Amino acid sequence: MDVILFLVFAIIAVVCGINVVVQRHPITSALSLIGVMGSLAVLYLLLGAEFIAMAQVIVYAGAIMVLFVFVIMLLNAGAEETRGKSLVAQLLGLPLLILFLAFASYFVQRFVPSSTIVHFGAFKSGTAQNIGIALFTRYLLPFEVTSVLILIAILGAIVLARKELDR
Amino acid sequence: MPADFVPKTIDLIRFLPEIILTVTGTLLMVLDAFAGRRWSGVYGNFSLLALAGSLAAAVYAFGVPGPAFSGMLMNDGFATFFRVLVIAVGILVVLASFRYLHREGVETGEYHALILFSVVGQCVMVTANELIMIFIGLEISSIATYILAGYLREDRRGNEASLKYFLLGSFATAFLLYGIAWIYGLTGSTNLAAIRGVLSSRDLAPSGMLVGFSAALMFVGLGFKVSGAPFQIWAPDVYQGAPAPVTAFMSAGPKAAAFAVFLRIFMTAFEPVGAGWEPLVWLSALLSMTIGNFAALTQSNIKRLLAYSSIAHAGYVMVALAARSETGTAAAMFYLAAYALMNVGAFAAVAHLAGKGERFVSIDDFAGLAVVQPATAALLAIFLLSLIGVPLTGGFFGKFYIFKAALQSNLLWLTMLGLLNSAVAAYYYLRILVMMYMREPGEAASVAEPLSIGMKTALVLPALGTLFLGIFPSAVLNFASKSAALIR
Repeated sequence: MDVILFLVFAIIAVVCGINVVVQRHPITSALSLIGVMGSLAVLYLLLGAEFIAMAQVIVYAGAIMVLFVFVIMLLNAGAEETRGKSLVAQLLGLPLLILFLAFASYFVQRFVPSSTIVHFGAFKSGTAQNIGIALFTRYLLPFEVTSVLILIAILGAIVLARKELDR
Repeated sequence: MPADFVPKTIDLIRFLPEIILTVTGTLLMVLDAFAGRRWSGVYGNFSLLALAGSLAAAVYAFGVPGPAFSGMLMNDGFATFFRVLVIAVGILVVLASFRYLHREGVETGEYHALILFSVVGQCVMVTANELIMIFIGLEISSIATYILAGYLREDRRGNEASLKYFLLGSFATAFLLYGIAWIYGLTGSTNLAAIRGVLSSRDLAPSGMLVGFSAALMFVGLGFKVSGAPFQIWAPDVYQGAPAPVTAFMSAGPKAAAFAVFLRIFMTAFEPVGAGWEPLVWLSALLSMTIGNFAALTQSNIKRLLAYSSIAHAGYVMVALAARSETGTAAAMFYLAAYALMNVGAFAAVAHLAGKGERFVSIDDFAGLAVVQPATAALLAIFLLSLIGVPLTGGFFGKFYIFKAALQSNLLWLTMLGLLNSAVAAYYYLRILVMMYMREPGEAASVAEPLSIGMKTALVLPALGTLFLGIFPSAVLNFASKSAALIR
């Protein structure tokens, strides 16, 4: 059952991923990206990472994609114009892709040890409670210091984007 | 909640320098929002006070060494050395900024808040004992610097510098983060000591190929931050476009902090696989020195020239890293201290002479400076001589210790090529000296304003520091050696 679910959603993720690149219209690409994010969330859930799955849906598929779509609409981006594809890309694209995939799978087979501990249902501590406890105990300092990071990002946006330095 | 996770007083004391800076930075933002231009003269003094306070706190925290916040930070001699260094750079940069900001009419609390936050990031980086903390500290420091580079919004070169720095910098950070993810996947930990434990154990050690890959990814990320070749391409454009005091800042503070992280990660976590990364660092050191020095020969813009020189200096520090020894680490620490002082000083002099809108940043504009402003010329001469590596300056002993450490580790070729390189470098620094002392004053020197108090301090302090390192090097070197022994 787990394996079937994995295969289904993994295939959806890959197909949507390819679709993001293939589509001409940015909105269609953005919608395909939501498909990728959504199926990734299911994969996280299958691995027992409940919190990350939820965060994936809320933050990535929700908030960030809304921003993407907003920007696309603000810029009023139309369908991409096709230009003549370069000969190099046409000739070498597919062989290089296959070579890369072959190399990647060889690499995984050869060097990555068989992961007996990573199987469905083995990992149970991905709940919001566990993550909350980790964040507020062991990882308290990184959690707090991240707020400084966000603060300067906001400060930077104000410094660079406000209308006029009041002279 | 487990009681031992509640931050104890000792944790807070070990983190006190960062707390002081963060609180003051936030206060500055609030003050700026309410008081605005009316208090524009105050912000700088306020941030100087905070930096001085955190310098004292860093020294005080050294009295209670040890880990803090469940091992996230390691407050040891190494951390204290670099904390003091980056805070000192912050102080000098604020001093050098007073007049510059006034001239450009952009005195705001935000500028000083950004400097303070960037120093917080660097302090976190050099104290961090965890890849997560290193990453967050690096991001704080970098983002603040990206913004500072484009602080003069009307300036097109500044905009270009900021955007370039931001895009390439985020790309490099992604490499670092990817490397962190890999090493976490391989060893199950982000703690440097724990990673080292796994890598050096016989049965747990993961495949060397994968470890090498993650080390290489981190090397790319950090190599960018220290502007080591072949990741140095951004440096000249960014250093040229950013406001001169900011250039002084980013060529010293973030670079020293990034090197501290470099040393900590590669000398602790990746120390067991040292033989694997040594050739990489060797090559990068040679490329940085050669590209930096030879490209600097043909520059006519002083900021670009110093940018290439800073690439070359990153190369020298990499030589110390390639030595993979305690003496090498100590030499790198000493060199970074000397380099930070002389570089901030040199850029402060550039900021002083640049004039409104940075009109005078060509080497020819230094003509006859010794006639018009003998004191400024003499101070700049000290920095340039130290950058060359003339005896009685910090730069000399920095290079001396680095090449000594390299020879001890049998890096004969790298040492010889490095020495040849520093001979080449002498030429372009001497060009500026000749300009200052042997030419008639040009337009730039004749309209140069007298040294303000802030600028005077920002030039005299690093000059004294450079001379101190050149005459009494053993005081600092002994401390560096002791601290270098700790991080292994």
